[in-house]
Amino acid sequence: MEALKDKLESSFIVFENELNGHAQTPVHQKRRAAMQRFEDMGFPTKRDEEWKYTSLKPILKHDYRLFPNDEHTVDFSQIKKYFLNDVDSYKLVFVDGVYSSWLSETTHERFDVCTFSSMLNKFGDVANEYFGQALPEYEALSSLNTAFAREGAFIRIKKSQAADKPIQVLFFTTEHGQEVMTQPRNLILLEENAEATITERHQSLSDKPVLTNSATEIFVQRHARLHYHKIQNDNGQASLIDNTSIRQLSHSSVTLGTYSFGNRFIRNNLNLFLDEEHCESHLDGITIGDGQQLIDHHTLVDHKVPNCYSNELYKGIYDDKAHGVFNGKVMVHPHAQKTNAFQQNNNVLLTDKASVDTKPQLEIYADDVACSHGCTIGQLDDQALFYLMTRGIARREAQALLLYAFANDGLRNVKLPELRKKLNRMIAKKLNVNLDFEL
Amino acid sequence: MLKINNLHASVEGTEILRGVNLEVKPGEIHAIMGPNGSGKSTLSSVIAGREDYEITQGNIQFEKEDLMDLGPDERAQKGIFLSFQYPVEIPGVTVTNFLKTSINELRKARGEEPLPANKLLKKMREKMSLLDMDKSFLSRSLNEGFSGGEKKRNEIFQMAMLEPKLGILDETDSGLDIDALRVVAKGVNTLRTKDNAIILITHYQRLLDHIEPDYVHVLSQGKIVKSGNKDLALELEEHGYDWLKEPAV
Repeated sequence: MEALKDKLESSFIVFENELNGHAQTPVHQKRRAAMQRFEDMGFPTKRDEEWKYTSLKPILKHDYRLFPNDEHTVDFSQIKKYFLNDVDSYKLVFVDGVYSSWLSETTHERFDVCTFSSMLNKFGDVANEYFGQALPEYEALSSLNTAFAREGAFIRIKKSQAADKPIQVLFFTTEHGQEVMTQPRNLILLEENAEATITERHQSLSDKPVLTNSATEIFVQRHARLHYHKIQNDNGQASLIDNTSIRQLSHSSVTLGTYSFGNRFIRNNLNLFLDEEHCESHLDGITIGDGQQLIDHHTLVDHKVPNCYSNELYKGIYDDKAHGVFNGKVMVHPHAQKTNAFQQNNNVLLTDKASVDTKPQLEIYADDVACSHGCTIGQLDDQALFYLMTRGIARREAQALLLYAFANDGLRNVKLPELRKKLNRMIAKKLNVNLDFEL
Repeated sequence: MLKINNLHASVEGTEILRGVNLEVKPGEIHAIMGPNGSGKSTLSSVIAGREDYEITQGNIQFEKEDLMDLGPDERAQKGIFLSFQYPVEIPGVTVTNFLKTSINELRKARGEEPLPANKLLKKMREKMSLLDMDKSFLSRSLNEGFSGGEKKRNEIFQMAMLEPKLGILDETDSGLDIDALRVVAKGVNTLRTKDNAIILITHYQRLLDHIEPDYVHVLSQGKIVKSGNKDLALELEEHGYDWLKEPAV
């Protein structure tokens, strides 16, 4: 861990030197402050309350290459399967942290779908106003990302515009003969009454360990509507730390789904700050882990003001020796009367060795609120399995049907049919069944 | 068709069936009656292959084949169907998709090609009209939010679709109002042929007003203590089960 920290610190100096005249910009001042915070805090360890179930040690021991700058080209045919193909869309594709224009489809017409770096160059006002304004400073890993922030997606949907097509953001990491670490940085801004559907995916094309420490800041202004879907289905050598913070203004709505099936290691730090009244937020998740996977969801829903609604539903299925974590914090501040906050985390363990730590954490300082939470950990219902088997369905298929039935309401806010289909296929594949019908 | 010999079954060390003998031939309808806790539902589950029960003695043969080593799915493939007293809710899986999976699994086991979608749909429509079911049923999640009556009707609908050789109806009449009971009975009577057989498990005689059994058996404390024709059911209705428990003189 210390070796990687040292390496990052010296890389930061190299990074600064490359900036030449840009080292004095407000953006870089924020980077420098973030680096200082990271240096002070270091990588989290199990002694940190927020990390007591999850150790970073196994994934930080590798000698990651930080900026693979030998440019690798990737053919679309190689990566086609990672896209939603049967729907017309905007695409932002990055290979080893570098924007790939020939694989992307961007726009500046009525709204902006382009890159973080071009935002820094072209829209300095946006950068100054929004960069670093959603991610909390107490997070070491998002601070680390902020320190190196230079490339990723920039999406700005302007006032009263609706993105006419879904936007796919994909990050690929290629084979470099050694372990690679990347830190994509995204900024998403939905102006007043704007609407967009966005999918985000990180995919390693390498069979070497890959670490992605991604950070995304999302601003959803008044009456805007965001539908955001994270597809976490990377290969067994890939580790993902996803830091996402969302700020919502009044009458806005957000649905954010996190679908975690792949990767060796996933940690999601998802923060939702409800800054003005009458916001509506839905956080959904389906997690299916097997082998030795570790999948950790930490969420924070921060009700600062009255009259907001939040609803969180995370479903988890753990097989083999997989380990899951769900830590859902809901803060209801003293003035946040008439808050409606719901949270549910249900898990099925398929073996004795699989485990899950689930911790609902509600801190409610207002007295006129409706809040509820529930978490369950269970096994498959024998009676239900028997029922399906008496209809001629073999055990494995019957089990998969039941697991699908258990998990599928995690897809309740996926309105895009092509995405729903793709997620259903991923679920069927992960459950290792071939059913006669599309789930 | 079905032959049960001296069947003893227990769950977690408690013996529930204590030597059941029963023979069912093609074309026959058998009613098994008995007080609560007599082992009726256990018997139906054991025939269908529920694995929580341990068979300590005896055996079950279906078409001269020992069922003991077959799982519930394999027994279904042989032609045994169990209509559940409490059907399980499966959200997210529609009745259509469920039936399609089920029918095609059964066909696969018999070495047949999957049923083409149009034929499947036609058959579903036919059977649904038989049971006075609305076609909106097909797109609903299996049993989710179904009323008690709808669940039972859906069980009989599945039986009609799967065309088993032996149908076991476990307390299908319980919780049904008289109209629903008539519809279910009509369905069962229509499905009756000279080649298939039905076992009705029931606590009350009223279902037997609508489906006339060839034989009535009384199960008590894990054993069949009396067998007769349909008149036995009427006798039970009049006198209750208590007179059976008294030692034979």
